[in-house]
Amino acid sequence: MQFALLIYHTPEEFAMRNNEYDDPHLGAWRAYHKALVEAGVYVGAGALELPETATTVRLREGKRRVQDGPYADTKEQLAGFIVLEVPSIDAALEWAARCPGTARGAVEVRPLAPEVMRRGFTG
Amino acid sequence: MNGINQEDTHRTIEHVARESYGRLVAYLSVDTHDLASAEDALGNALVSALDHWPRDGVPRNPVAWLLTAARHSLLDAIRHQRVVLESEFTLKLLTENSTETTLSTQFPDDRLKLLFVCAHPAIDSAMHTPLMLQTVLGLDAARIAQAFLLTPKTMGQRLSRAKIKIRSGGLPFEIPRERDLPERLDAVLEAIYAAFGIGWDDLAGTDQRGRELTEEAIWLGRVLLQLMPDEAEVQGLLALMLHCEARRPARRGPDGRYVPLSGQDPNLWSLPLMEEAERHLGKAFKLGAFKLGRPGRFQLEAAIQSVHAGRARTGRTDWAAIALFYEQLVRTSPTLGSRIGHAAAVAEANGPEAGMKLLENVAAETVSAYQPYWAVRAHLLQRLGRAAEASNAYDRAIGLAEDPAVKQFLLQKRG
Repeated sequence: MQFALLIYHTPEEFAMRNNEYDDPHLGAWRAYHKALVEAGVYVGAGALELPETATTVRLREGKRRVQDGPYADTKEQLAGFIVLEVPSIDAALEWAARCPGTARGAVEVRPLAPEVMRRGFTG
Repeated sequence: MNGINQEDTHRTIEHVARESYGRLVAYLSVDTHDLASAEDALGNALVSALDHWPRDGVPRNPVAWLLTAARHSLLDAIRHQRVVLESEFTLKLLTENSTETTLSTQFPDDRLKLLFVCAHPAIDSAMHTPLMLQTVLGLDAARIAQAFLLTPKTMGQRLSRAKIKIRSGGLPFEIPRERDLPERLDAVLEAIYAAFGIGWDDLAGTDQRGRELTEEAIWLGRVLLQLMPDEAEVQGLLALMLHCEARRPARRGPDGRYVPLSGQDPNLWSLPLMEEAERHLGKAFKLGAFKLGRPGRFQLEAAIQSVHAGRARTGRTDWAAIALFYEQLVRTSPTLGSRIGHAAAVAEANGPEAGMKLLENVAAETVSAYQPYWAVRAHLLQRLGRAAEASNAYDRAIGLAEDPAVKQFLLQKRG
């Protein structure tokens, strides 16, 4: 089964991004990535730029509404995602608990919806 | 009644609930095999106590009061379900006089039966520990779910499924026969140890399962010892848990930093807990001397912790003795944890090459997500001067660690 780990950062965590390459914070993420790949559960991942760089687009009554900033105005913001292939939700939760993103912000675990993908993309 | 007294009453209820929960659940369910109804009835009794005791004062015999109230509630529920009134249990409930004067706390203690039914082989072994925590100690599903990294909903569902199986699957509420005892007792001991958390203070281990439940596990261990004082392994398990618990104050620096066992200040270890552990271990060996065969797994693990505790007296760690106990442990219980522990101890006693040789024997596919293996491997590679391989192994250990303090400690060691 595939699961997405949706990683939400606090503003302090986003601020840490500008640190040096050998910053321990980054070291923990590099190590986590390596552990995922070597354990054979890693499918893919993406890191997002800071929430301030986001632009949100809506179409309302035929008109474009373009807005600076992220979709939701919350303290913790989506910072990235990791997709895992694991046998069960139990295993996904175990990997989520090891994620460096759990210590300050939060990690949301959600199953991917392969049926929706199949119907939506291949007709 | 003023606020302070009210608070006192609430504390009394909490205390009585904690002390007697398991005994009451066991007593109320031993005939019906219906754990869920017994717990509901006891829950109602506790709610009723919260209502009555602050107003009327705490009864002379609080446990008897709870038992009476729970029985009434159970009877009401049975009437409600229109379960045949002729049933033996109902008759027993009805014929027993339930006034407070005749009731004493002298009702039989059936907690041992409860422990054995919770760890019955017909129940998924992953549920043994959660069941015990709930039925013997009265922990709620949400609290148990957190420790076992499950959603409260899932934990609740699995607990009720297990209880349905106990009720309708004819699982016996009994102490197993002599010849079945060792195997069944093992399951009970395993479940208690699982609550305690495995591999907790050596190897920078991060097997987190149940790690938050150490106090509850020691409580369960004491209950079991009270019920089976002559079983060497029960003494061994309690000794093991107490030795680890003794080091709690030393496991973190003042700044919250992780301190590995070898770096801990023995002056911070709790002497009373270590002495209590030693007494239990001594009793275990005395009991074991009358039996054939080797000491059991928990006695061996307690012996290893006892050697570590020896550093408080002698200032040094006898790694050769630890390696020897691990060698026996691997023979008795060849788990991944004991094999890694053995390799680490041999490396300390005879040098990193000897330890590496033991690590190389462990099949690679079994350790791809096993943190202690990578922590020990990284440490040994570093000592052997194989820097690139060490750095790689440290990354794996850091990535698999859960505790941020452990991650930090390993990041610093990796350099």
